[in-house]
Amino acid sequence: MPAEQIVFLLCAALILVSAVMVVTVRNLVHAALWLVAALFGVAVLYAVLSANFLAVVQIVVYIGAIAILFLFAVMLTRRDLVVRTPGMRGSWWIAAVLALLVLGGLVFLIVNQPGVNRTALAIPAGVDTLHALGNALVSSGQYLLPFEVSSILLLAALVGAVYLAVSRKS
Amino acid sequence: MNIPLSWFLILSAALFCIGLFGVLTRKNAIAILLGVELMLNAVNINLVAFWRYLDPSKMAGQAFAVIVFAVAAAEVAVGLALIISVYRKRSTIVADEIDLMKW
Repeated sequence: MPAEQIVFLLCAALILVSAVMVVTVRNLVHAALWLVAALFGVAVLYAVLSANFLAVVQIVVYIGAIAILFLFAVMLTRRDLVVRTPGMRGSWWIAAVLALLVLGGLVFLIVNQPGVNRTALAIPAGVDTLHALGNALVSSGQYLLPFEVSSILLLAALVGAVYLAVSRKS
Repeated sequence: MNIPLSWFLILSAALFCIGLFGVLTRKNAIAILLGVELMLNAVNINLVAFWRYLDPSKMAGQAFAVIVFAVAAAEVAVGLALIISVYRKRSTIVADEIDLMKW
């Protein structure tokens, strides 16, 4: 078995085990830390797919910012919630059946798709994907408008978040 | 690279379904957001895998993945701010007990 497949399988196992722990573990601090593990596995997958920039962004933005934000939120709100309430609903098995049905349907569609077992061609020599991504995000013929709209969305969301979370007691 | 495309697609389908399970079963609002994060990551794996397997010289997949990053950051910021704001007022973040708008 080639080394790439071994790396992929190890990553997939890490991601899936961590994801299951994220949704099942009682303690939310532990859940957030398992989320960090899952996100790290996804970053390794980006590197395997030679999306180097996205691998770095995954670690810096997702693990460095989003997961830490989750940890702060857990610490600001936790108190006795861990012991007072059960982690999951009593009807969790309905959700499990639903999730398994969705998974079955998706896998059925995927394996019946023609050409889904293709392997990737080598990236053509002379194509600098990082350079191309930078160009694509700022040239008006390509993704300038969606990129700017997402920047505005992020700005609005951050201003809104500050407005919502600020304490008005004093 | 000799990993079949279907491996990535099946992995991301599984990750999406685990996230879906978490969103549907968790009671704590923060844990629900954790499930949403897993689902967003599954989408991103799909986008990057299609970029790599179809045409690496067209950057559509990576560009959309970058936008998904931005949207995920916005979603977490607003979501956690809402949760903290609700916690200040009602001192609970259990989704079932936040029923002010339940009719």
